[in-house]
This record gives sequence, structure tokens and C-alpha cells, in this order.
Amino acid sequence: MLTVMELYQLLPKTNCKKCGESTCMAFAVALLSRKRKVPECTPLLEENFKKQREKLEALLLPTAGAEETGLIVHTELCTGCGNCVVACPVDVANDPKGAAIGRAPSNDKVIFKVVEGKVVASNIKECRRFGKSKVLCYACIDPCPTGAIEFV
Amino acid sequence: MVTCTGCALLCDDIEIVVENGRIKEIRNACRRGTSRMKGCVNRLIPSIYQKPSDIDSAIRKAAEILKSAKSPMLFGFSNSTCEAQVRGIGLARKLNAMIDDTSSFCQGMLIEKVLQKKFRTCSLEDARNRADVLIYWGSDAQDSQPRHLSRFSYFPRGESRQRGYEEDRIAIAIDVRESNTAKICKGHFYRIPLKGDREFILALIDALSGKVPSYDTKKILELAGILKKAEFGMVFAGIGLTYSIKEDTGVLLTLGDLLPNFHIMPMVGHYNMRGFNESLFRETGFVNRVKFNGNVIHEDKYSILEILKEKRTDALLVIGADPLLSLPGTVVKHLSAIPVICIDPCTTLTSKIAAVTIPCAVSGVESDGTAVRMDGEVIKLSKVVENNYASDEIILNRLMEAV
Repeated sequence: MLTVMELYQLLPKTNCKKCGESTCMAFAVALLSRKRKVPECTPLLEENFKKQREKLEALLLPTAGAEETGLIVHTELCTGCGNCVVACPVDVANDPKGAAIGRAPSNDKVIFKVVEGKVVASNIKECRRFGKSKVLCYACIDPCPTGAIEFV
Repeated sequence: MVTCTGCALLCDDIEIVVENGRIKEIRNACRRGTSRMKGCVNRLIPSIYQKPSDIDSAIRKAAEILKSAKSPMLFGFSNSTCEAQVRGIGLARKLNAMIDDTSSFCQGMLIEKVLQKKFRTCSLEDARNRADVLIYWGSDAQDSQPRHLSRFSYFPRGESRQRGYEEDRIAIAIDVRESNTAKICKGHFYRIPLKGDREFILALIDALSGKVPSYDTKKILELAGILKKAEFGMVFAGIGLTYSIKEDTGVLLTLGDLLPNFHIMPMVGHYNMRGFNESLFRETGFVNRVKFNGNVIHEDKYSILEILKEKRTDALLVIGADPLLSLPGTVVKHLSAIPVICIDPCTTLTSKIAAVTIPCAVSGVESDGTAVRMDGEVIKLSKVVENNYASDEIILNRLMEAV
């Protein structure tokens, strides 16, 4: 799991404020929560920071495909068993006659669906980790024995 | 809605998008089901002694080989529809041949006991609606039948288990290794040594009948406590348990008597293995290892393993199975000495050494029919893709006419 300090170590650490944040540490926090992007730190684009920038981009690459809630499905690990489809409390509430009792989702309000043997997330705004009153829900991670679902 | 033939769960809620006679997208099926329904990369072509031929002459040649053999054998059938299996049994009867399927080295022993009504069993729907204690014994359902836990056992909400896995159900895994199923069972994983199932059952019997179990006392007593409180228990018996206790089902029966609320379900792998067992049981009273000679003889020596080991067949018809891949090397040596006829949709290891190969349709995708789910429920299969491949039922029918 990526930490703020790892990102901070690779930034220029000059607190130049060119990005609009008050410190480089604040920029690192924004990077981690995917509110800011690497090129927004202009000094990093200079030639002498090239190595650090490449390292930073490589570190952030796995989070590139993440949804707004930070959800990533590692399709190469997913077996399509559908445990997450049935265990997700939002799916259960939105589809009591389908996903809740183990059958295939019967409407489009569900978050997880299995397509081509792999799970696909949609309706991400319904996720309990989204929005102002978000909670740290683990209902889709816990039932996955292969670790195919991750929040970053 | 289409039925998936990836495993014996026969999920009937699959959606398929077909475009230009090919499957474009499969929804709701697991990875295993998806790859089976998408068909194979290397389609089998009809051939006689490794030379490409047409299907009519391949069937004629196959009939010739079977007719001239002194003790022919038919093997496979676990990946065929019920209709094809009945034709296969008819063909064996007509040829006075031996017939066996993959269950003789799989779950045949348990299914026989279930069909003889020696074990209590129930449907998968009952398990979903009522079960509160689930034991995965020597079975890695999560990998072998990927949708088992999410469709029927642990995760879904049922009529009397409205809070599903969160509060209403306890999943227990008993296995020699920490399988993916055991990872889900978390606090209730009991690791046993190899072939330690019998000892574990005996210790459990002791604990249930009020004695102090001989080994692992604390954990066994804890498990016995959970089992005693169960309102509706399920034992999903995997191949690990079947191999370990072999024919000694007495201990399981004793355990069953001590746990009156429990039901057993043999975890079948191939999608219609139970179908073959039921068809043969209806016709002969046995589930596998049968020889026809006017009458029916059932003996251990008619299992595919024993036959090949002792070289007692001179022609083998393989349908929907791959003995060269799945049986030990020492046993399959005999295959090189006899003519093998292979009926399969795909090129397999066995088809590469076969004297005659006959391609057939992928059942449940390119041909319809019925199949039996692991709990004995009959499920309809549908045809979704149109092409020229004949179903295994038609091929066996034509073989029957030719012999």
C-alpha cells in the first residue's frame, strides 16, 4: 500500500507553492487521494528531476484505473465467482430478488456485475465509500479469496 | 437465459450475446464457465489413423472397430447430455461391452450411497434457504465450482436465513491445505494431515457422543459444539474426503446418525457426472463399473483404471473425457496398444493418439438436451449457436445403427 511519505520523498521538497498547495507534503497528500496529478508540480518537469518524476509516475501507475472511491478490480486475479456481487450490501438492497439471493443481477442498479468471467464495477456513486457520509466498508474485499478487489 | 455447462452447478442465469453465429459476450458466468462456453481453440477434425477423413467414414470405421473387438469398453460420458448417456448405455448393452465413467475415480461411491438413500441429502435451494452450518470437507468449492458459495451456500440470503453470511451462517472448512474456500471460512478452518479424515471423523464421533476425543481435543470439542447447535447443516463432501475414506463409508454413516440435522452433498466436478450415475442406476442398479453380457455384472475390476492396468480391453471408445491426461502414466500405457475412438468437440491429448476421431457439438452451447445438477435436479440445456456439428447423442445414435 502506497504511503504519503513515499510520495513526499520523491517531490522537490522546496515548498515553492507553484502548484497552489502550501507545502510539498500537502501536494503529496493530494496526489495520494488522486485530487492532483504529477505534472501539476512544475519544478518536477525540469530535467534534473527526471528520475524522481519517472519513479513517482511508476508508483502511481497502479492507481490509474481506480474509480472515484478508489476501487480497483485486478482482472487477472478475478475468477468471476460472484461472491462480491452477492455480498455487497448495496447490491442486496437494490436487487433483493436477484443478487441478494445469489442469482444474476436483475437490474442495473447493482455495483458489481460479472462480464466475461470477470467482475466489473459500475454505479460507483452508490458505493458506501462514496460521498459525504462515506463509511469504510469492506464487504466486497473480505469475501474475495484471491484479493482481486482493492481500494487505493 | 442460458444454462452454463462449466461445472455441476449448471447455473441457469447466464446471458449470452451472439453475433454472426459466434458468442460475443457472456455475462454472469464465472471464468471456468465462460471458457467452456466459448468453445475450444483447436477444434477436433474427423480422422482415421491420423489421416483427415469425413464424419461418415469415421463413424463407419468406429463401428467396425467396436464390432470386431472381443471386449470393447465405453468410457467418458460425464460431459454429455442425459440423452446421449442413455444412448451410450444402450450401445454398451448392444455390444456386450463394459461401460464406466469418470465417477469410478471420483465421487461415484458417495453418489451410489445417496441414490440408495443411505445418506440424507437435499436440494441446493434447500441449502440456500435453510442451511446455517456449512462444512466444506475435502472440497475447494471456491475453485472447483466457483459460484457455489455465492449462489447456493454461504453468501446469499435465504428464506429463513435473511442475514446471510453476516450473521446467519457458519462456514467450516476441513482440508489438508488452506484452499481458497478455507480462506473464506477464516476462523473455522480445520487442517488435517493427509488421509487423516477417518481419524478426524472418529474423534468427532467421540466428541458428539460425550467422550473426550483422542486428538486435537480443544478444536474437535469446539467443532462438535457448533455441529450440535445446527438447525440445518450441510456437508459438502469433496473428492478429498472420498479418496481418503475410500469404500469405508461406515464411519460417515455413524457420523450421520449422530447429526440428524445434517445433509450430505457430493461435490461433483463434471457437469453431468451425476446424470450418468442416475441413468445407469435406473437401468442396472449400479452407478458405474458395469459389464453387459446379456446380464449385468458389476465389479471393481470393470473400472477404467483396473481395465487399463490389467489390459483387459481391446477397443476403447472415449466420449467427452481425456484419460491420457487425467489418469496415471503407468495405467494409460495400454492405450497405445489398442484402437481408441475419441468423440470430443476439442483436440485433446487422447484424440492425438486416437485411431478414429469424431468431432461433436459443445453440449449446452451448440446442442440442447438435459443434464443433472449435483443435487439431482434435472436442468434443461439450450442451443444458442447454430453450426453443422452433430451432438454426441446423434453420433451415438448413428454408431448404434452401424454396429
